[in-house]
Amino acid sequence: MMSDKEYSGILIYAQLTREKYVHTVFFELLDKAKELSQKLGGVDVNAVIFTTTGLIEEYKESFKNKGVNKVYYFEDERLEEYSTEYYTKLVVDLVSVIKPEILLLGATNQGRDLAPRVASSLATGLTADCIDLDINEKGQLAATRPTFGGQLMATILCKTYPQMATVRPNVFKINLEDDFFDTEFISCPVNLEGMKKHVEIIEFKKTVDTIINDLDSAEVIVTGGKGLKNEKGFELLRRFASSIGAAVGATRGAVEMGLAPSAIQVGQTGKTVHPKVYIACGVSGAIQHTVGMESSEYIIAINNDENAPIFDIADCGIVGDLFEILPEFINANRKG
Amino acid sequence: MKIALCIKQVPDTTDIKWTENNTIQREGVESIINPYDIYATELALSIKSEINDVHITVFTMGPLQAEGMLRKVLALGCDDAVLISDKKFAGSDTYATGLTLSRAIRTVLPDFDLIICGQFAVDGDTAQTGPNIANFLDIPQVTYVKNFEKIENNKLFLTRELEDGLEFVSVDFPALVCVLQRDIDPHRATIRGIMNASKKQIKRCSISDICLSVEKAGIKGSPTYVSKAFRNVSSHNAEKFKLRKEDSVKLLMDKLNDLGVLNDV
Repeated sequence: MMSDKEYSGILIYAQLTREKYVHTVFFELLDKAKELSQKLGGVDVNAVIFTTTGLIEEYKESFKNKGVNKVYYFEDERLEEYSTEYYTKLVVDLVSVIKPEILLLGATNQGRDLAPRVASSLATGLTADCIDLDINEKGQLAATRPTFGGQLMATILCKTYPQMATVRPNVFKINLEDDFFDTEFISCPVNLEGMKKHVEIIEFKKTVDTIINDLDSAEVIVTGGKGLKNEKGFELLRRFASSIGAAVGATRGAVEMGLAPSAIQVGQTGKTVHPKVYIACGVSGAIQHTVGMESSEYIIAINNDENAPIFDIADCGIVGDLFEILPEFINANRKG
Repeated sequence: MKIALCIKQVPDTTDIKWTENNTIQREGVESIINPYDIYATELALSIKSEINDVHITVFTMGPLQAEGMLRKVLALGCDDAVLISDKKFAGSDTYATGLTLSRAIRTVLPDFDLIICGQFAVDGDTAQTGPNIANFLDIPQVTYVKNFEKIENNKLFLTRELEDGLEFVSVDFPALVCVLQRDIDPHRATIRGIMNASKKQIKRCSISDICLSVEKAGIKGSPTYVSKAFRNVSSHNAEKFKLRKEDSVKLLMDKLNDLGVLNDV
């Protein structure tokens, strides 16, 4: 079945953000897809995008010189906002016609809502939340993902086509090298006849401020865990962060204690980050947290429990009381 | 209203031990109810407490020992429980699991109105099984559900918690919802609940009971398979310093200086 060349090329779902930009995770996937394409002998790397009527022109710039062979687009008023049912139907329609061997989506809320429906409609396999994608010696997609709360890595293969995977934002880095060839834009028929939309979005309330983007692009991140104990402790952390120009993150424990919003949570059920410097304060180092920050270039940990597992993955572990060290540091740094 | 509640027994991932060969030691690891499924259960119970005539049937797919977990959930106020268990289900990936659960629901509770699942299972963390079940039953889904608001005009109103904010949605019945962690204190079983649960018969379903062919179940019916599994090993050098306070501050200062963090502020 694996030599089945009926299926060829890589298709990437180009999700639009709520503000109608192409999500950065698309470009992260695109770079990785080009690498996979090379290993597959230079197969096509294509994208699929959904827009409302007449808007595809606005996106043509986003794909320019990026090395995308074809952009398949669905334009229709009914597609203005994401709908699990409509989008599933149309992605399935497209895949049935163009038959890609690999289909990639960002592991965003939307991607993780859409991908399993598409996969089960196509009776194919899907590997969620991968941290690495490769092509093995048989030309199969080898998708590696953390499992058991991040303690075990599993490389998963798929017996069917397309081989599907989702990858979280910020896991792959973008190399913004221009590729110079013309991208072909192909309009696809929007066939939603006889379908009813069963889910209606009544209202959306933005709750996340720019801090979330700070975390994505920050070179330095200071993260607080349960060891901060209370709101005062978290306030100390914020002061420390601002004194060195760092973004603030939190562990699941700190979020559960109500010290920080879940939007700044780092870890398996939160964000994946890889800043140049990551400073973990009062963080025990549960695997579900470390899986989201371990690829940081340099990790500093401050914790008064010298047996805390965070020290096993820190480049520099400081055993001590953060309630003593941080105020003193802020003071000294101000004077310095 | 008929609710199908899908829950899963998982190994306690906070308590994982390794063998010498860097494989997970599975013997003696405690099994717990998947934490997200506790919130799924709570959502079902809160609907039951708010409207009349709600019947909750709990489904789980797993080994016979999962019966203990089902009894605990029955003790909280769920009405019936179904254990989908067969050696032929072993090795199921999310596709095969979704198909098996959807067949069991269709067989045991064909006139369901609502299916409730946890958003993730902490062992696999795929978030795929719920949407797969919905797809196999051809019903709408609402994922990342934080709160149940109300039922009105034969629609369910829910709040979703997404990356960028809260989304209020309505969905027609029948539907499937996947539940996130919620800001609630979970129910505790009462003595009476435990007594009632101990008297209840747990229905067992095998592969033939749900009319699933062997080719579509377990490893055979799974499009994906694990080709290798390995321990996640850190590349950081794990230097640890236990110093006096002043020296700790100095160390932090020096490190941040070396790393260029303090220069641009």
